[in-house]
Amino acid sequence: MSLEALNDLKEHLLLVLSQDIVDVEIAPEEISLTVSRPMIVRVLTHLRDDPNCMFTCLIDICGVDWPAREQRFDVVYHLLSVTQNWRCRVKVHTDEDTPVPSVVQVYRGAGWFEREAWDMYGIFFSGNPDLRRLLTDYGFEGHPLRKDFPLTGYVEVRYDEEQKRVVYEPVTLQQEFRTFDFLSPWEGMTRGLPPTAPGDEKAVARDRTKA
Amino acid sequence: MPEGTTAIAAPGDAQPNDVEIKNLHLNFGPQHPAAHGVLRLVLEMDGEIVERADPHIGLLHRGTEKLIEQKTYLQAVPYFDRLDYVAPMNQEHAFALATERLLGIKAPPRGQAIRVLYSEIGRILNHLLNIPAYAMDVGALTPFLWAFEEREKLMAFYERVCGARLHAAYFRPGGVHQDLPVGLLDDIREWRSGFTKTVDDIETLLTENRIFKQRSVNIGVVAAKDALDWGFSGPMLRASGLAWDLRKARPYDGYEDYNFDIPIGKNGDCYDRYLVRLEELHQSLRIIDQACDKLEKLNGPVSVDDNKVTPPKRVEMKRSMEALIHHFKLYTEGYHVPAGETYTAVEAPKGEFGVYLVADGSNKPYRCKIKAPGFSHLQATDFMTKGHMLADVCAIVGSMDIVFGEVDR
Repeated sequence: MSLEALNDLKEHLLLVLSQDIVDVEIAPEEISLTVSRPMIVRVLTHLRDDPNCMFTCLIDICGVDWPAREQRFDVVYHLLSVTQNWRCRVKVHTDEDTPVPSVVQVYRGAGWFEREAWDMYGIFFSGNPDLRRLLTDYGFEGHPLRKDFPLTGYVEVRYDEEQKRVVYEPVTLQQEFRTFDFLSPWEGMTRGLPPTAPGDEKAVARDRTKA
Repeated sequence: MPEGTTAIAAPGDAQPNDVEIKNLHLNFGPQHPAAHGVLRLVLEMDGEIVERADPHIGLLHRGTEKLIEQKTYLQAVPYFDRLDYVAPMNQEHAFALATERLLGIKAPPRGQAIRVLYSEIGRILNHLLNIPAYAMDVGALTPFLWAFEEREKLMAFYERVCGARLHAAYFRPGGVHQDLPVGLLDDIREWRSGFTKTVDDIETLLTENRIFKQRSVNIGVVAAKDALDWGFSGPMLRASGLAWDLRKARPYDGYEDYNFDIPIGKNGDCYDRYLVRLEELHQSLRIIDQACDKLEKLNGPVSVDDNKVTPPKRVEMKRSMEALIHHFKLYTEGYHVPAGETYTAVEAPKGEFGVYLVADGSNKPYRCKIKAPGFSHLQATDFMTKGHMLADVCAIVGSMDIVFGEVDR
């Protein structure tokens, strides 16, 4: 998508959805809107039905976790317009307790994506008729893609010969969990980052994750 | 397999002739040959008619996205082979393109041509599994054996270029891992000339076959508007009559320079999906021809000439201290990717395979969401099977081209 088309789309969206849009970002070839959470259904319906946009296809919904932020989750919607050959990314912010309005009424294909986001992040979607867990085990507890969920999880399963069934046990690691700290003064592909004095890298990186 | 029975129970106060008929709940899978892996489908049946289908997925969930968040960009590549393990390199392609976009680099022309060549080999690998597997779901065994013979030959080409038949890890951000071995292009050409006959054989056996048509024509019809609403892509969308292909709509890696057509269906039923995939085999062969011609003339590097992304040559490492340091740093720390986000998609054989990558400036992806085409298709099972017979469920699931590696991630 050319920069010109992106700017035209941005102008158009700012005109028709001005009160719902919090922020518009144009990265190379991609446009990203941040909208206020209660307005998501209205915005997506508009993007779908507006003859200038025709974003009739919902590609994906996913969560992103930023634990340091007050509203820690982003819910990211990716839309596609096959008539215009455009793509658009829409974001809303939420936290663990605040539900996001479900968009199943707008796109029928949204159901499983919302179930997945609920399963993986614990983002609640109000109005989804079938918000069960999707990918994890029956009876699973916790939301594995959150940044504070350990990679190894909390439980493991094995088949118990005596009980003749699969049993759950707290996870035991056969070797120490390996995490490597690779931050170093090496300048590999750091273009676009603020310069760092040698020796300060870890402190700078820590600040960056906080921001 | 049946879990309940059509219970006939007369409540105490009802008339003696009244019978109450309960719907039958049927568990289809997870260990059923037509479930294509580990699909557990809970069907609510009225007699032999499906009233409701509820797919339970996640039996092959491995937490790929979580694992990728803990690995460097280069270490994340092999996870993509394990998604849709029928056409591994097409998945790597999406990740390589997404990372390249964030890094602001582009693969050199020869690298791009190799990627196109192997993406199309991947497409043929995929369709050679799906077409005969679908045929087997509706009762024809022979094409499966023929197609697997050809798949073996194609996987030998995979092996010659990267050393692995399945888990290639060949498309890396910045290009491909290494150049083609001598003589490979001639062998691909030779295979290609004989392969047309196999496709024709499969076609003669299936396309006008009376049983095959009875089992697929007008089964699982999806209109173009519904297909978009459910988020379909790839052959599933094209069979409904919409000429949408990312290789044409938003060409990547030089696809705009290749001549090929996009087959579309008319009715959006299982038969059209089969026909679209069959024609895509022919079109992929056209692209392979052109890519081979191109590679014969085109010389040069296969990945970007920047040792901050691509490791130096083995020979250089023996002589140059700097090359040795680069090699060490790339295989321990990896490269840092500037903060940013991108959604990059490729036309994988099953449909649009996309990667939403969020980078925070470190050497690991902050978030890597994998958009698998099969996920959206499988979601529509209820919509597509409603009102069909039980036997048609096998046909519909078969025509969706489901691989659980990518659906469950």
